Amino acid sequence: MSGNGVNKKSGRLDVRKTYKMLIGGAFVRSESGRALDVNAPGGKWLGHVCRASRKDFRNAVVAARKAASGWANTTPYLKGQILYRAAEMLEGRATTFREVLQSIGFSPSAAKTEVTQAIDLLVYYAGWADKYLQIFGSVNPVSSPYFNFSVTEPMGVVAYVSGEKRPLLDLVSGIAPIVAGGNTVITLSTGRAAVAAMELGEVLATSDFPHGVINLLCGLREELVGQMATHMDVNALVTQGADAKECAASRGACALNLKRFFPREANGKGDEDPYRILDTVEIKTTWHPVGG
Amino acid sequence: MSSSLAVSTKLNLQAHPVDEVGIRERVARLATRSIKKASKVEGLKLALSMVDLTTLEGADTPGKVRQLCTKAIHLHSGRKDLPMVAAVCVYPTMVRIAREALQGTPIQVAAVATAFPSGMNPLAVKLEDTRYAVAEGAHEIDMVISRGDFLRGDYARVADEIGQVKGACGKAHLKVILETGELGTLDRVRLASDIAMQSGADFIKTSTGKIQPAATPEVVLVMLQAISDFYRKTGKRIGMKPAGGIANAKAALNLLIMVREVLGPAWLTPSLFRIGASKLPNDMLMQLEKERTGVYQGLDYFSND
Repeated sequence: MSGNGVNKKSGRLDVRKTYKMLIGGAFVRSESGRALDVNAPGGKWLGHVCRASRKDFRNAVVAARKAASGWANTTPYLKGQILYRAAEMLEGRATTFREVLQSIGFSPSAAKTEVTQAIDLLVYYAGWADKYLQIFGSVNPVSSPYFNFSVTEPMGVVAYVSGEKRPLLDLVSGIAPIVAGGNTVITLSTGRAAVAAMELGEVLATSDFPHGVINLLCGLREELVGQMATHMDVNALVTQGADAKECAASRGACALNLKRFFPREANGKGDEDPYRILDTVEIKTTWHPVGG
Repeated sequence: MSSSLAVSTKLNLQAHPVDEVGIRERVARLATRSIKKASKVEGLKLALSMVDLTTLEGADTPGKVRQLCTKAIHLHSGRKDLPMVAAVCVYPTMVRIAREALQGTPIQVAAVATAFPSGMNPLAVKLEDTRYAVAEGAHEIDMVISRGDFLRGDYARVADEIGQVKGACGKAHLKVILETGELGTLDRVRLASDIAMQSGADFIKTSTGKIQPAATPEVVLVMLQAISDFYRKTGKRIGMKPAGGIANAKAALNLLIMVREVLGPAWLTPSLFRIGASKLPNDMLMQLEKERTGVYQGLDYFSND
């Protein structure tokens, strides 16, 4: 490239991308102005991504809380359709995602597998969106003239810490069951996974998810997990690939504010599992008089 | 009434053109002040003590008003270091209920009157509305000006009405709502402020809360400047009450900063500065709890009323 930014090969200005986070439907840089380097496995510098601050996280919580009741009351059928739409959008950008994954060290075949699995996973949870309620809910037999129902309800705002091994798949396998269950989510992607996550933001932003339902942050795990665990307006914390020390700290912090905590192994087992939806929904039981 | 003319003839309306760009710049500059830790806690407690806790819904019931009064006294359970709010602001028919609920506390009861929020009723009705609220026990009356008359240029009539309502208030304090969202320009906000202060207002208040935009920082700054000029000319301290659209603790602290900068510390007291709000106190309480516990709060843990 010459001094004026014109690419000598193509003769035009390079349009270089700034990866931004997704908060409340807007693509934003960190309010702190901080950035992190992303390097390829060989050490080659690839670019910058945002380093989310605690304030960014709090802003995301506000956005997610604002979106929570609307998304919870969206019909399960429509939730499924929107998840399917996300699969469509990802399918349309599969090539880009394969390139992104290869740039951070994936072999072409591994990149292809990861992208394909991510798309299939969205379709999988799109299907469950209007079916898990029948499986996990029930009409309970009681020995008095009442109907007794157990029904699922979303927990509300869920924070999700994604793993780094499978940049795209870890993220999608976390988000899909959480939002299928009617929750809104704030995710954190770290290290090289951040690039794939910010790219996914563009897919999710065009999939008809109302603003604030999915909020994507990237930054440092040790800086933000503690905030996610202690924030009183977050109802559940799901983490992937946490070490024993982080798990213990999160468990303790979540216990103090009665937040559900689900640490998951970063081994990819059980990506396709309706019980993942059950993790972040509550079962509420109600009584109703027969004939009333 | 003959006294009405006496009021309007006393009007001394000099043009005070407002420099809109300058106002916006000053507002932006004041908004960059950052107040943290101990000063933030003190600021928030001061702001809470200046709140006029408000419920002005058609769906208000005695139960809801009593609930609000309980909140006015005990802002957050488990904290003994919090002040009570300055006043509870309700419709005239709820004044008696609020007075009973607040008995034995220093909390004032404010009533909106004069055909709130539009003010589109004959003067006789407005005066009767005011007298009723005062007879029910209101310590403070929040009246609305006739924006229609004001925008037509009939300033004398606006002044006259304020003067007569002031007369009907008796001992009750009078707050005059300009409803700045309907006035259009900052010049008119300034003019309406001058008219209200010259006609007997004890407080000038931005908005009813029913119209957007309401208490924008620009409007508040212009009104504060009008109060400052009036004080310099007459030696009389007029109070200020921004109301409506003050969304969060930060906005409340910014208001305190503006008052301090424009009017000085003498105005930083509930007898000269009030904040009209219904949801704002919870955000301030969340910030105070954050400072106490170190943990960011959720609305689930604060009373919802």
